[in-house]
Amino acid sequence: MIKDSQARIIDKKSWNNYFLFSMESPRIASQAQPGQFIMVRVSPHPYPLLRRPFSIHSKDEKNIEIFFQVSGLGTDLLSQKKVDDILDILGPLGKGFHGGANLNGKEVVAVGGGRGIAPLYFLAQELRSHGASVKVFYGGKSLEDIPLKEKFKREGFDLYCSTDDGSFGFKGFISDYLKAELEKFTPSHIFACGPEEMMKKIARFADKKNIAAEFSLESVMGCGFGICWGCVKRIKKNGEEGWVKICEEGPVFSSEEIIWTEEEI
Amino acid sequence: MTDLSIDLGFIKLKNPVIASSGTFGYGLEFAPFIDLNKLGGIVTKGLYFSPRPGNPPPRLVEASSGLINAVGLQGVGVKKFSEEILPQLRKYSTAIIVNVCGERDEEYASVVEFLDKEEGISAYELNISCPNVEKDGVCPALDPETTFSVVSLVKKSSSRPVITKLSPNVTDIAEIALSAQEAGTDALSLVNTFLALAVDVETRKPILPKVFGGLSGPAIKPLVLRVVYQVVKRVKIPVIAIGGILSVKDALEYLITGAKAVQVGTANLIDPEATVKIIDGLTEYCQKNGIDKIESIIGTLSTL
Repeated sequence: MIKDSQARIIDKKSWNNYFLFSMESPRIASQAQPGQFIMVRVSPHPYPLLRRPFSIHSKDEKNIEIFFQVSGLGTDLLSQKKVDDILDILGPLGKGFHGGANLNGKEVVAVGGGRGIAPLYFLAQELRSHGASVKVFYGGKSLEDIPLKEKFKREGFDLYCSTDDGSFGFKGFISDYLKAELEKFTPSHIFACGPEEMMKKIARFADKKNIAAEFSLESVMGCGFGICWGCVKRIKKNGEEGWVKICEEGPVFSSEEIIWTEEEI
Repeated sequence: MTDLSIDLGFIKLKNPVIASSGTFGYGLEFAPFIDLNKLGGIVTKGLYFSPRPGNPPPRLVEASSGLINAVGLQGVGVKKFSEEILPQLRKYSTAIIVNVCGERDEEYASVVEFLDKEEGISAYELNISCPNVEKDGVCPALDPETTFSVVSLVKKSSSRPVITKLSPNVTDIAEIALSAQEAGTDALSLVNTFLALAVDVETRKPILPKVFGGLSGPAIKPLVLRVVYQVVKRVKIPVIAIGGILSVKDALEYLITGAKAVQVGTANLIDPEATVKIIDGLTEYCQKNGIDKIESIIGTLSTL
């Protein structure tokens, strides 16, 4: 983990409430793996107090990108930063997706709900570079909630979109779209990030069909590097069950590790 | 050369800046960021005799310039601490203070008895004030008698100095402080978090599953300054202040008010280099103001 207090914003794109920031942070970029995240200080002042966690959306040799939705004061302040502003960031943090390297020639699915698409671009690129064929499922409430669809299309990913209101693509939840499509093909892996309900549903049918699945979890975090024990999830690992830190042991966990709340599975 | 050292009577600290329990892990986690040898001391994460599962999530709510937590002292227990953590930690040249917890007085004593066999611990900090363990924030530090009982038992069981960490969630904290002093505590750390409530207006339920949590961070600093002021006037033992220290200025305010040392807590979560920055800031402040010994500013608050 690196503390980079000189991460310069080099590009900024926005779609309504969604923002894509590129920042220069060569040391973090060189280490970043898909599924890892950074903690961003959104203000130099004591309010808001805590850093905010963001998945790494993509990287190249020198730069990393984050994709986020304004959902409160922290993200609102961050969204107001401009190109050439300097950010104080910690990263790369956590453990990313596990199943990447040995999927050569396999068919895999990446499913993102809303801002949950953030880590999946980096992942999809990485999976493809390892020889996997990647289908990207991307859903949102409405057309304006899936602003990255063009980006995935441009990169040549096989893209399946849904909107809850039917304003674009399949009408309904992305999990339902995926479930329907899985009647036609069976991927070897599913990687998902999004609302908990979406991930729970996917876990349920992935388990039924014996498809390996990994989920990137979201949580409020106090520190992001394992100190405060604030961001825990019920996890079963090596025969032991307990509250496990999402920031340190996650944010990505496999389907068999996660014990979802209100056991409906 | 500025002398930042502090003599607490029972230990000498390199400087008055100590990393606070629960915000610094077991210390080693910060080694990639800072030179731990620079710190006045490290208070390790609260330790029960056995490993503790902690509370269900959500455990955190951010407040205005503050953080409400209900972690519930999840931790490894004495055995793992002694075997895996302490051997690495004791290599550093800083005061290692172990934060000791217990469900009953006897558990505090058994933790201390177990750790007394281990080398490399400078003192124990008795955590009798965590608001996140029992219902409604109940803890021994809410009452002078329960405070006296646990402190005197631990003092009997311990060959090392004992610092008692008090709760601000009382009417008259000086009364509790005097009780801890009478029971033989060597110092006080003031204070644990303030009992707090966060409300979800959509569900109309408390955000934290056990209803209350503990508030820390800059939001509590003026309250803790007042507490320190009230207590240092009444006790003879040293007071270590904890509450919302982000910058060197915050630390100085406590020293001037009469704290002999300070603990930096929530700031570590935001800036892992916070402790070292504050230490460097103290040197700078002393040099700028022609102060040779930091001890000379302690308790110099003029209320005339």
